[in-house]
Amino acid sequence: MRIETKTVFNKFAVAVAVGLPVATAFMFASAFAFSAHAATVTIACGTNGADFEFCKRHTGEWAKKTGNTVKIFSQPTSTTDSLALYRQLFAAKSPDVDVLMVDIVWPGIIKDHLVDLKKYSKGVESQHFPAIVANNTVDGKLLGMPWFTDAGLLYYRKDLLDKYGLKVPDTWDDLAAAAKKVQAGERASGAAGAADFQGFVFHAKAYEGLSCNALEWVASFDGGSIVDSSGKVTINNPNAAKALNTAASWIGTIAPSGVLNYAEEDTRGVFQNGKALFMRNWPYAWSLMQAPDSPVKGKFGVAPLPKAAGGKHAATLGGWQLAVSKYSKSPDAAADLVMFMTSAEIEKDRAIKGSYNPTRPDLYKDKDVIAANPFMASLLDVFTNAVARPSTATGIKYPEVSQAFWDAAHDVLSKKSTGEDAVKKLEGRLTQVKRNKW
Amino acid sequence: MSNPSNRSRTAWLFLAPMIILMIVVAAWPLGRSIWFSFTETNINDLSASRFVGLENYFGEFGLFANPNYVDGFWKSDWGMSIRNTFTFAFFSVALETLAGLGVAMLLNQEFRGRAFVRTAVLVPWAIPTIVSAKMWGWMLHDQFGIINQMLVNAGLITQKIAFTADPQYAMWTVVAVDVWKTTPFMALLILAALQTLPKDCYEAAKVDGVHPLRLFWKVTLPLIKGPLMVAVIFRLLDALRVFDLIFVLTSNSSSTISMSGFVRREMIDNGNMGYGSAASTSLFLIIFLAAFIFMRLARVKLSEESA
Repeated sequence: MRIETKTVFNKFAVAVAVGLPVATAFMFASAFAFSAHAATVTIACGTNGADFEFCKRHTGEWAKKTGNTVKIFSQPTSTTDSLALYRQLFAAKSPDVDVLMVDIVWPGIIKDHLVDLKKYSKGVESQHFPAIVANNTVDGKLLGMPWFTDAGLLYYRKDLLDKYGLKVPDTWDDLAAAAKKVQAGERASGAAGAADFQGFVFHAKAYEGLSCNALEWVASFDGGSIVDSSGKVTINNPNAAKALNTAASWIGTIAPSGVLNYAEEDTRGVFQNGKALFMRNWPYAWSLMQAPDSPVKGKFGVAPLPKAAGGKHAATLGGWQLAVSKYSKSPDAAADLVMFMTSAEIEKDRAIKGSYNPTRPDLYKDKDVIAANPFMASLLDVFTNAVARPSTATGIKYPEVSQAFWDAAHDVLSKKSTGEDAVKKLEGRLTQVKRNKW
Repeated sequence: MSNPSNRSRTAWLFLAPMIILMIVVAAWPLGRSIWFSFTETNINDLSASRFVGLENYFGEFGLFANPNYVDGFWKSDWGMSIRNTFTFAFFSVALETLAGLGVAMLLNQEFRGRAFVRTAVLVPWAIPTIVSAKMWGWMLHDQFGIINQMLVNAGLITQKIAFTADPQYAMWTVVAVDVWKTTPFMALLILAALQTLPKDCYEAAKVDGVHPLRLFWKVTLPLIKGPLMVAVIFRLLDALRVFDLIFVLTSNSSSTISMSGFVRREMIDNGNMGYGSAASTSLFLIIFLAAFIFMRLARVKLSEESA
């Protein structure tokens, strides 16, 4: 009797030990088989509500035209997190996302995982800004099609500059003087809500946005671009230190100390409520601030960011590309979608209705685009001369370089360090990041 | 009738699924991570890793003894993260133990609605850390947070404080939120210990008219010391690998980054699998050492008392 029970148990144990893994393996196998059959293209195209609406409409048109299905993937709101996520997907060779949105600083980092689009573009990339196409071309491969572009801009209050008889500032000194005068004047005026009027707001939280800001200051003081194109660390120079010190001198005088924790939207909140004279922001803010319920509608203008005396105007180049993952199950359909989304027709629609800056110079002369966004006509120069972050030279280590740079800038702005000490320490940290090679 | 070799074969058969599972989900990843720590590997291409021995630990660009740390080891990011973690662990565990002891003593009293209060006290512990961190993040926000508003209304501060961003406050904010969250856990474990105490000691003390404080020091505390130490060890190990609370609540800048945060930053944000694995292996060893030392100290103290 007892023996019999035991054999039954034995058999049961064998069945469990063998059956469980087999069943699991079977489940996995069927899941894979299922996903292989689905002829859908998954696209990542933005994080906010407006991005999603545009994406849904435009990809819907493509799906209808080609008979394919499109799924929209919402990537994390922070670009740092998006990049980390993509790199994990790539490390696992995951086919989950076919078309991805690539930040201008990423092509060097993820170059090994993207499809060369030359075969599909058939030369249309020549209709886009050459600087962006060059940025997207790594080792002779076109890794992303430019989709929309960005560069830092100075927003100013026209009405207030007129009221105090001031001109749009050309240098940082002019900006500081104008901000000081208007800030004092407005605060003294006793108007409702003017007691905390600010001269200048910019985003200086410790994140990628601060790197963009600080690079503009350093470049406009002729302090180089952190790491030069040959890979040499150049940040430890007197001009860079001076640029950071100048920016630090604004905190608490013409800018609130709260900017140390501001991202783009915080600065827009202050400026749009009429509480600041100047703001550094990206072009996206234009259409939002021209909305009918905006308190500053029609009262502001944009200009290139100021330069240092003897320096040059500098705006950090931003913007997004569309690229196709090497691990996509249907690269042809995905590439076709990329070409559709970056066509002149779609870029024009996005420019008119969403003030996304086109990557095609021709569209800056298009009268419909100019009518919707009068500022775009004057921006052609800014975009053509924008400064690139040192992402090509530093390759896969760019995220660390940027982090070290924004930490250093944040230390100077929060007066924990002087510009001179910070750039010296930064040089040491960058050497640490570089190790043997970029 | 039952033959021993057959029995042990059956035992192994039953154990096999679990052993395989442990190898797959614990031993393999752990071994791989330790292996990675001796290599230079980037997430970009895991197959292109290069064996570098102890370079990640003690090399020119390693975690320890790195000549590029211009301000010394304790000012480097890794040094800061070790300091932050231990500061956090020490203060949060100390405060939680005291607060938990107090709450447990209260809950050990007989009063109406005791069952309800005991359940209610557990609520902070039941909320997932991510949720409570996010919730406190909003309450402590410098622009629209209710805590700043209350402090301003009460006239205690004139300028709103950036609790989670300002390096001066960020670490203490994290400690405070952790104490809020974990006190119930401590209280529960201590309460369980209190309930096992023999009633006759207390009755005898009452008859002798012993002062309650003296009773607490001489009777209660020595009797619950064992379970208390277990609870403290639990919390200490937990606190030393803190990640989620700091990651969600603060900007995770170098003023608050923990060792686990450093590991995540190196591995996930920067893609340095080799260097990050070295940091995580060091983290494991550091926690192990801390637990070992703590247990040693606790035992020495106990044996002194009994002597």
